[in-house]
Amino acid sequence: MLMLDGWYALVDFMLPFPWAAHTFMKNAFLAIILVMPLFGLLGTMVVNNRMAFFSDSLGHGAFTGIALGTLLGLVEPLAAIVLFSVVFAGIITFIKHRSTASSDTIIGVFSSFAIALGLIIMSRSGSFAKYSSYLIGDLLSISQEDIFMILAVFLVIICLWVFIFNRILIVSINPSLAASRGIDTLMSEMLFSAALAIVVSISIQWVGLLIINSMLVLPAAAARNVSNNVRQYHLFSIFIALLSGIAGLIMSYYWNTATGATIVLFASGLFFLTFTLRHRFLS
Amino acid sequence: MGDKQAKSENICSRLCCTKIENFGVSFGGAKIFDNVNVHIHCGELTAIIGKNGAGKSTLLKAILGEVKHSGELKYMDEKGAHTGHPCVGYVPQYLNFDVGTPTSVLDLFNSCLTQVPSWLCCSQKMRNRVIEDLKIVKAEHLVDRRLGALSGGELQRVLLALALDPIPDLLLLDEPVSGIDQNGLELFYDMVSELRRKNDLSIILVSHDFDLVCRYADRVILLDGTVICNGTPEEVFNDEKTRKIFKSILPIAARNKEKSGNGECSC
Repeated sequence: MLMLDGWYALVDFMLPFPWAAHTFMKNAFLAIILVMPLFGLLGTMVVNNRMAFFSDSLGHGAFTGIALGTLLGLVEPLAAIVLFSVVFAGIITFIKHRSTASSDTIIGVFSSFAIALGLIIMSRSGSFAKYSSYLIGDLLSISQEDIFMILAVFLVIICLWVFIFNRILIVSINPSLAASRGIDTLMSEMLFSAALAIVVSISIQWVGLLIINSMLVLPAAAARNVSNNVRQYHLFSIFIALLSGIAGLIMSYYWNTATGATIVLFASGLFFLTFTLRHRFLS
Repeated sequence: MGDKQAKSENICSRLCCTKIENFGVSFGGAKIFDNVNVHIHCGELTAIIGKNGAGKSTLLKAILGEVKHSGELKYMDEKGAHTGHPCVGYVPQYLNFDVGTPTSVLDLFNSCLTQVPSWLCCSQKMRNRVIEDLKIVKAEHLVDRRLGALSGGELQRVLLALALDPIPDLLLLDEPVSGIDQNGLELFYDMVSELRRKNDLSIILVSHDFDLVCRYADRVILLDGTVICNGTPEEVFNDEKTRKIFKSILPIAARNKEKSGNGECSC
């Protein structure tokens, strides 16, 4: 908790604005600084691999994880969500790898299954309204414990990204080329989808199921318009993710709107901006 | 055929060679091919031909270890000692990226050749190495180009340069079906032939262009569920079984030979 006190003092000193005066806003601000770069980072390969539908289904998986966690009466719902999402993502990736059916179909089947299971569990327990906050997300729900969890995830994902990025880039370009370079394609894809599942599941409670996918897709899609190589792509994607995250947080405070949706609004705006500028940047 | 096999076993004691022994692949009970035996000496270009669905690309994937297969891939050095799995270079038929992908040629090389993540940085040393690699295929000016901005021929040359670093024991070429004009293809094969002479490369080529096969290959293998025919281009293209499978699309040179008795196919 000492670390967080330091952060609160720092925010009070650096940002003496009304929105930054509340503790929940300070928590949210820190969470956004930690999570948005992860969305920017992972989004680059989600967009490259045309995995938007896959990441969308991860949101559904996380939703079911919430329901299951509550049903089992787990004390740590977040851990249940993360665990369920990772298993869910692993199964989809494995079956996609093994089957010749189109990946859209496989993801569609699993996605529908997950959301149906989640809805059944929630309606059966009779407290459906309790969960509706997960649809649009609730910023106030970020606790200090969550922040530490997010910090741990942040570090793990950054390390993982250093380790696997080159491999998943080659796999995405041509799996046989990757095999000729001694890359285990299934393992790389598994690690990547697990990373995605973790980031989606720790964010779903404050971003909301409906728009979590936009967080992954929009910054990278916007960055793609103006990037010529992988380094620029990452730089722009992270920058756009952070910028729209912070702008969205602040404006949602003043407009009294859902934070996740406001962030997505800014990210969409940045996408259209880079889209109109693309001819100036691309060589 | 049996005599020939035995003879090549002996030759192998003088040259390094790659042996594909009893390769077989089946997907969920459906046999793609089985009992494939191929023996390739260093410096030889072996072309694999066959109908669509004959298992040519799957054979390459089996050699790469991407699909499960029965049988063994062996590499022997000059003394005939078994030195394990060969270092394989692969030039794919297509790349699975969309043209908007912000990946440069340098990124592609860096990702294949080092553990340093491409999104962090790329050292000057690496850049120089990539430029040296690209010079071999006369493509050094493409180093910062996006993959999507390359033409079909340029992309194929870049991929060849990539497959040649490090110099492989066995080079697999999957010829593109489309996207490269005839001039580009000939330029590419001239390049491959020269590299082969210089580095004693063993090359396996999957090809659809019989005229080019006839001109550049030392050995041709007709694949259709197993090895149907194996020999010099002249032998294979004049074989009854090959004619039966391909009917009218045999190389012009081979057909001329059939008519006049002395074609240009002097492979």
